[in-house]
Amino acid sequence: MAALSFVIPMSVMTLFWGIIGGVVPWFIPKGPNRGVIVTMLVLTAVCCYLFWLIAILAQLNPLFGPALKNDTIWYMYYHWP
Amino acid sequence: MDSFFRSEEMCLVQLFFQTESAHNCINELGHLGLVQFKDLNPGTVAFQRRFVKEVKKCEEMERILRFLENEVVKSNIPIPADFTSETIPVPRDVLDLESRFDKLEQELKEINSNRDTLRQNFTQLMEINHLLKVFDAFLFYLHDRFVAGVIKHERFPAFEKILWRLFHGNFVLRHAEIKPHEEENMADPVKKDVFVVFVQGDQIRGKIRKFHASMYPCPNNAYARKEMRTNVNTRIEDLRLVLKRTEEFRETTLTAAAANLQEWASKVKKMKAIYYTLNLCNIDITQKLIVAEIWCPVSDLNSVHTALIHGSEQSGSSLSPVVNRIQTQQTPPTFNRVNSFTSGFQSIIDAYGVGNYQEINPAPYTMVTFPFLFAVMFGDCGHGLVMTLLALWLILHQEHFRKLKNELIDMLVDGRYIIFLMGLFSIYTGLIYNDCFSKSFNVFGSSWSVRPMFHPHGPWTNDTLHDSGHLHLDPLVSGVYSGNPYPFGVDPIWNIASNKLSFLNSYKMKMSVIMGVAHMLFGVTLSLVNYIFFRNLKDVALQFIPEVIFMLSLFGYLIFLILYKWCVVMKSESAPSILLLFINMMLFDYSSEGTVLYRTQKPVQIFLVVVAVLMVPWLLFAKPLLLYRKHKQLKFLSLPFCLSLFFGVKKAFVSLQVSMADIFVYQGIHTIEYCLGCISNTASYLRLWALSLAHAELSEVLWKMVLQVALRVTSGMGSVLLAVTFAAFAVLTVTILLVMEGLSAFLHALRLHWVEFQNKFYKGSGYKFTPLSFNRMRDMQ
Repeated sequence: MAALSFVIPMSVMTLFWGIIGGVVPWFIPKGPNRGVIVTMLVLTAVCCYLFWLIAILAQLNPLFGPALKNDTIWYMYYHWP
Repeated sequence: MDSFFRSEEMCLVQLFFQTESAHNCINELGHLGLVQFKDLNPGTVAFQRRFVKEVKKCEEMERILRFLENEVVKSNIPIPADFTSETIPVPRDVLDLESRFDKLEQELKEINSNRDTLRQNFTQLMEINHLLKVFDAFLFYLHDRFVAGVIKHERFPAFEKILWRLFHGNFVLRHAEIKPHEEENMADPVKKDVFVVFVQGDQIRGKIRKFHASMYPCPNNAYARKEMRTNVNTRIEDLRLVLKRTEEFRETTLTAAAANLQEWASKVKKMKAIYYTLNLCNIDITQKLIVAEIWCPVSDLNSVHTALIHGSEQSGSSLSPVVNRIQTQQTPPTFNRVNSFTSGFQSIIDAYGVGNYQEINPAPYTMVTFPFLFAVMFGDCGHGLVMTLLALWLILHQEHFRKLKNELIDMLVDGRYIIFLMGLFSIYTGLIYNDCFSKSFNVFGSSWSVRPMFHPHGPWTNDTLHDSGHLHLDPLVSGVYSGNPYPFGVDPIWNIASNKLSFLNSYKMKMSVIMGVAHMLFGVTLSLVNYIFFRNLKDVALQFIPEVIFMLSLFGYLIFLILYKWCVVMKSESAPSILLLFINMMLFDYSSEGTVLYRTQKPVQIFLVVVAVLMVPWLLFAKPLLLYRKHKQLKFLSLPFCLSLFFGVKKAFVSLQVSMADIFVYQGIHTIEYCLGCISNTASYLRLWALSLAHAELSEVLWKMVLQVALRVTSGMGSVLLAVTFAAFAVLTVTILLVMEGLSAFLHALRLHWVEFQNKFYKGSGYKFTPLSFNRMRDMQ
């Protein structure tokens, strides 16, 4: 779990949604719609980050693998890295 | 700034103004659109009100206007576009307009009836003309008795049959078709025949009359006929001229009327609204003062005041209206200030129930969570892209669509921002589900590889491939699973795996439960905000804390189990099922082996279940018992200190009137609803999984059975077949996947908000603020 290829996406996404949800709200100009825009930004960041996090955590330690057809296996043997 | 998160603070204001300035002031308030008039004469029936005659007059004028508009449209005269006229309708305008409308109506009716009579005459003359023309061809019989006339072409065969029956063939019938002239297209496309019957006897006339045929006297000799023809021709020419003049006159009148139609319509509407509002006010007996009570947002009091001063200045009255704010115990209406973006979301919240005065408005949160939950159920970035583009089109061409005045399209246009957000979020969830028209993207390279499964690394050989149809990749063989999950979304290998659903179902079900519990916790937290705002700290301890602890200890723990099982490496054979773990936890059943995920699981679970069970009596009994004690205390104290306490603790006194049994029952219902609701609502969120599964399967079927069939054709005709099949694919995608699935996901996301989210904190039993607003009346046309 400490492998580099996991840390990179983790930190990139956390940083991205963290900026959207935590930093951009401070820069929204004052006006009648500021509260609504800030709420929307924070909620979007939280929802989207949570959704992405669930997707990646669900695949972290798989208990079973995909079942493939013979031709697919043959193709993948030669053409996928 | 705070105004969208809860409804605005409203105040009850008394207005006093003079009778002369009443119209102008109300007109100004109507343009402002920020005040709601209270009905100060609630007992009176509609036709007992003071201004009922004027309202009736306005309605009569509206009827005349509708008639005029019909006539204008029928004559294909264009109505010039609306221009905002700021003329203020005053009482004398009513009389003036009324007389004008009456005159116009009379004129138009007269013109219409004259024109119809003239047309009738014209038709008759033309028929006689035709008759005379073809008569010469028939006149070799020179019989004395004959009847000539014109009959409708389709009735002629029946006519002939009747004549045969009547006269047993003892007659001569000749007929000729009238060829339509150029000017006989005046709404008279009926084909007519000229006929002549030579027969004895008079009963023929009655029969002809029954056939609605017109008979004309025709002279016997040719000279008389010729004279008649010239006569008829002159008359026809005269009539033509008169008709043309009539038509011109009618058109001029109508065009003149059409130019003012919009202005009059809006004036009459405004006047009717003003009289209706005046009916709600209190007219002082001395007939000089009008008292009105209005609800108005506190922040807009100044603009209301300015508008009133403006109105009274316009009417030239000396005294400015008095604005007097009064305190009241009545519940004010709920007012949420919306703009064109937020109005769609507010309306779907209000469709369920308008919020109580100043309670939390779920709309700002719904603006993100509703499209997001829709997108979780819709989850296809191709369809999401189409939906976004459709919404963009609606947004950019909004005016054009509104002009069509179709109800269905109006609904779509009102929700254009909702659809836009739904499409955007669907693109995102589609990218995470890795589903685009049922195909996956492989951007980062899959984490699964096949090569390590073969010799010498793993168990497979070339023979294994030949023997079986499907083979499972085993994550325990090193190298098969790279150890790093696909960085963004679902790994693309699952799209081509035959056990794709096993993985996706488990993933999506757990995702739904996590989303659901998070959503519901958010709802419960909003109830805390409500309690704090209404200074109801008692309820925080008596309701909020046990509710949160109950939910966290059971369902928060379930989420912990899910996350733990995902994050910890374990062998597939020894991995316990979370569902069984949860059920056994509730039943305190720790007998079966292999039921532990982590070492201290058993004591932790027992502790959590006990805590949750303890929350139930806390919720059930704490609040009623406290109220009961307060009731007893007050009863004890009320004897000597009756009067002073009455004013001091008036609120508590009022609540004491409610019997204790009611409070216990209410609290019992609330507890059961909450606790059972926690379980059922969490399960209800599984519809997120179910709908996204249905959508993915439908889109896969469309691909495999429709488009792939054409893509597999190798001959040259394949391109033509592909074009046709793609048309079918596109139509089916739009109707089934976008429209049907879109509506279905919309409905279910809405239900999740209305029921599962809002029953944690929303009361929704207020009434909506409906201000007198001329803009709104105009938009509602």
